[in-house]
Amino acid sequence: MQSLLRSLFGKPQAKPFIFVLCTLPFFYLVWGASNDALGANPAEYLIRATGDWTLQFLCITLAVTPLRVVGAIPELLRMRRMLGLFVYFYVSIHLLCYGWLDMGFEWIDIAADIAKRPFILVGFTAFVLLTPLAATSFNQAIRWLGGKRWQLLHRAVYGVAVLAILHFYWMRAGKSNFAEVIVYGTILAMLLLWRVWNKRFARH
Amino acid sequence: MQRDQFSIGNTSGFVHPVSSDITPQAVYLQRRDVLKRLATGVAGSSLATWASREALAQPKKLSPLPGQVSKVSGASTMDKLTAFKDASTYNNYYEFGTEKSYPALQAETLVTKPWSVAIEGLVKKPGRIDLEDLMKFGAMEERIYRLRCVEGWSMVIPWVGYSLSEIIKRAEPLGNAKYVEFTTLADPKTMPGVRSSVLDWPYVEGLRMDEAMHPLTLMAFGMYGEVLPNQNGAPLRLVVPWKYGFKSAKSIVKMRFLEKEPVNSWGRSAPQEYGFYSNVNPLVDHPRWSQATERRIGEDGLLTKKRKTLMFNGYEAQVASMYAGMDLKKFY
Repeated sequence: MQSLLRSLFGKPQAKPFIFVLCTLPFFYLVWGASNDALGANPAEYLIRATGDWTLQFLCITLAVTPLRVVGAIPELLRMRRMLGLFVYFYVSIHLLCYGWLDMGFEWIDIAADIAKRPFILVGFTAFVLLTPLAATSFNQAIRWLGGKRWQLLHRAVYGVAVLAILHFYWMRAGKSNFAEVIVYGTILAMLLLWRVWNKRFARH
Repeated sequence: MQRDQFSIGNTSGFVHPVSSDITPQAVYLQRRDVLKRLATGVAGSSLATWASREALAQPKKLSPLPGQVSKVSGASTMDKLTAFKDASTYNNYYEFGTEKSYPALQAETLVTKPWSVAIEGLVKKPGRIDLEDLMKFGAMEERIYRLRCVEGWSMVIPWVGYSLSEIIKRAEPLGNAKYVEFTTLADPKTMPGVRSSVLDWPYVEGLRMDEAMHPLTLMAFGMYGEVLPNQNGAPLRLVVPWKYGFKSAKSIVKMRFLEKEPVNSWGRSAPQEYGFYSNVNPLVDHPRWSQATERRIGEDGLLTKKRKTLMFNGYEAQVASMYAGMDLKKFY
């Protein structure tokens, strides 16, 4: 099983194949929007769906290292940057949908919203934190920063995970509809806790 | 001038100045047929979502329930009607799940016959009234109301029913009855959401006596010329058009007349977010989002700006006097 996965992820076609898979949610949403297939409130659906996909890609990206280590599949590492950039891609669409569909690009209203509403502030902070990570994702940036500093900077993704869950929780707070928040929160908590455990206890 | 097609025996009263804006029943029935034909005629799975939504909107044939034109001031808005498909598949009815699509998918299990409403509390004539008798308490009218959800979307729905005051008058409330409390059915056997603890069941709402007696306050038994679909609160529900939609309790099994203000379910769940009055008010923000704008389902296109929310959902002329001198920021 392990050798099968290693050979699959090691193939040169693996990366473009996974790239295409990662774009499918986006294309589904575009198709859905143009064909009125997103339900009675398509704007709300788009904002929610892009948020969901951001969280899902965050979970997938943070799962790469544990799977790589536990499964001894070093080839998985090839996918990590691409998956991380898809987190940024979907969060950017999420923010675009909010700014455009909800707020009609009224910058003053958007600024007021960010300042006034904790869940929007937290979400926007997560986006701001993710931006330097996306900006320093290419190889030359790793060389400029030096490996150690780059790694330190990219640990910010753990903060992003916490902010993302807080954003989602606060968004749902008034509707007492926490089922999905608990699912994502549990998955992310486990992925983060694995790192703590791995550092303390795993033999290297 | 075109008269809408579900008026029966309209005499002198209210005539819509722009009655062409009201979709005649024949036309929207035709629209639904067109949608159905399109949906079932195409083999591709791409229309499956649309087809299933349309099919779900009418899992069974609904009996007709015509209503005459109402003489109540504000009873028929000129706004464009929301499509029946949207009104019956985009519902907040947590007793059948917390997603908007779940009530249409799951409300088949709701049993609406036999049905009766208990009248309790500070009244001269308490008791239990069967649905068939209740339906005779007043002449069925067609009321085309805006419905504004606290979440920031709205619809325009042609309800069929009569003013709640008809029921209250017959119950003969006592002098110290200041509030009316409404209770929704909460049957864990037929309502899957009731088995969850997302809200404290049963769902409870309430109105001050003057609000309950207001002619606009509607006890609705139907919509779009037919009896209510289950997901819309069959067999009877409240519609209070100048308040946020959660005040309009569905599937009512009890009305209780009280001296003290009742605690409504959403007020109990999140008191800092949902108050007792919950009047639609663009000047009073929800803690987590502004209430200044709303999205009109089906009409405001995906890229159109949201529309401005109106004070008391556009019913200011009819209801504002009930709140004269009240601090609406405090009594949200």
